[in-house]
Amino acid sequence: MLYAILCYHDEDLVGSWSREHDASVMEKLAVVHEKLKQQGRLGPVARLLPTTAATTLRKENPPVVIDGPYAETKEQLLGFYLVDCENLDQAVDVARDLGEANPGGAYEVRPVGVFLPGSTGAAKGSIKGSAKA
Amino acid sequence: MTDTAWIDAALTSARPQAVGALLRYFRNLDTAEEAFQNACLRALKSWPQNGPPRDAAAWLIMVGRNVAIDDIRRSRKQEPLPEDDAISDLGDAEEEIAERLDGSHYRDDILRLLFICCHPDLPATQQIALALRIVSGLTVKQIARAFLVSEAAMEQRITRAKARVAKADVPFETPGAMERSERLASVAAMVYLIFNEGYSASGDTAELRAPLSEEAIRLARLLLRLFQSEPEIMGLTSLLLLQHARAAARFDADGAFVLLDDQDRSLWNQKMIAEGLALIDKAMRHRRSGPYQVQAAIAALHARAAKPEDTDWAQIDLLYGALEVMQPSPVVTLNRSVAVSKARGAEAALEMIEPLGERLSNYFHYFGVRGAYLMQLGRHEEARVAFDRAIALANTSAEAAHIRMHLDRLMRDSQSPSSKISKK
Repeated sequence: MLYAILCYHDEDLVGSWSREHDASVMEKLAVVHEKLKQQGRLGPVARLLPTTAATTLRKENPPVVIDGPYAETKEQLLGFYLVDCENLDQAVDVARDLGEANPGGAYEVRPVGVFLPGSTGAAKGSIKGSAKA
Repeated sequence: MTDTAWIDAALTSARPQAVGALLRYFRNLDTAEEAFQNACLRALKSWPQNGPPRDAAAWLIMVGRNVAIDDIRRSRKQEPLPEDDAISDLGDAEEEIAERLDGSHYRDDILRLLFICCHPDLPATQQIALALRIVSGLTVKQIARAFLVSEAAMEQRITRAKARVAKADVPFETPGAMERSERLASVAAMVYLIFNEGYSASGDTAELRAPLSEEAIRLARLLLRLFQSEPEIMGLTSLLLLQHARAAARFDADGAFVLLDDQDRSLWNQKMIAEGLALIDKAMRHRRSGPYQVQAAIAALHARAAKPEDTDWAQIDLLYGALEVMQPSPVVTLNRSVAVSKARGAEAALEMIEPLGERLSNYFHYFGVRGAYLMQLGRHEEARVAFDRAIALANTSAEAAHIRMHLDRLMRDSQSPSSKISKK
């Protein structure tokens, strides 16, 4: 079974970490990543850009694009896509297409800052094995 | 357990909101600051034992308010202090106040707090010092270090600025849409000033002042979170990130300034660039351009070029043209001429800056740039005159050293037999 582990924290707080603290956290995380990688169990890892870079598409009729993250609490996170786009316009277009196929709810579109492709036994062959920072 | 770094980080991040709300409540800056300080002291005592509260800002606002009110009562009636536990017992109360901290309210609290620092009677340096002290919570010592003055001098500067702000009419009513957008523009300009205090430093002072740039980025992000749909705030944040991303490459080991073309681009901070590019991309979807967005777009074109020769100078020329229309200034034209020199040659660039000579007659960069164009055109004697003038006007030793490097090259290039004789 593949499990997604979603990371939540106070963005203000993480944003005010010193460079040294940030680096030391990343270093400690890398140890855990390495162990999982050795076992072939680490899938893609992404560090998202801050919510200030987010745009939300409310899948109403017609759909509405608003600046900022998805802030409602009455819906639940049900899944995610990773798409490769030239710019935000393209990404919002993809979200619109998806929304037409599956109306209701919302998509939050957020640029990815750091991406490690990873590789797991479950997805062997479909994802490149080499990780790049 | 001595690791209180998480508490420091939480206090720093809650500060603008908490001080802003306390200011609204007490309508006095000193009282608000003192109330916040007292709340922080209690947090340092209580949080390590009880863990962090769900909403740190709400906790600090309530505790700060209660302590300040108790102080006022105590000084009036000389009554004994209430038990510490009575004040720190926050269970339901925290929830109650958290509900009252609705988005629009604390948005205006923080904006007001920043806005009072931009009081037009205060010179720019005092605005910045005040904002760093009150909003960012840097110590007087830290600010004094960044401004290269003694702690006592900085203390005095901040006290004076505070006294002036206290006398001014601080508008406490909720601002209208027009007023809010004016406040936002003043505050954005101040954040950019703070950034430039850090960014324009060189050599030994660069290290000391780097925190100013980082603090400005933090404030810009804060503004952006409060005003999510303002393309100019996206532009400002993007601009600061894209410029700061180059920090590690801007000076060599000796502290000498390294020109954009000569910078080791592998030293550029890709994380900041990614965020800066994402924000300008997002801003431009609004089709409501402004000076910060245009400058960010220019910085983005530099950031996107893996090698200097990949830079899209023609596009940069166009963007500076747009900036000239929005903010006509000889300095903007001077910057535009650099793009023109790359896209169309030194002759066109020189022609563009010729009319600026009078207005920029005391401006270091004008003569540095002019000398460079003349040198490219082989007009060595005129170039030397321009470089000499630039050195005389240099603000820092790094600037002077950079021009001297040009002069040395000029001397080497013009070592024809005739010039050798005439020189020595």
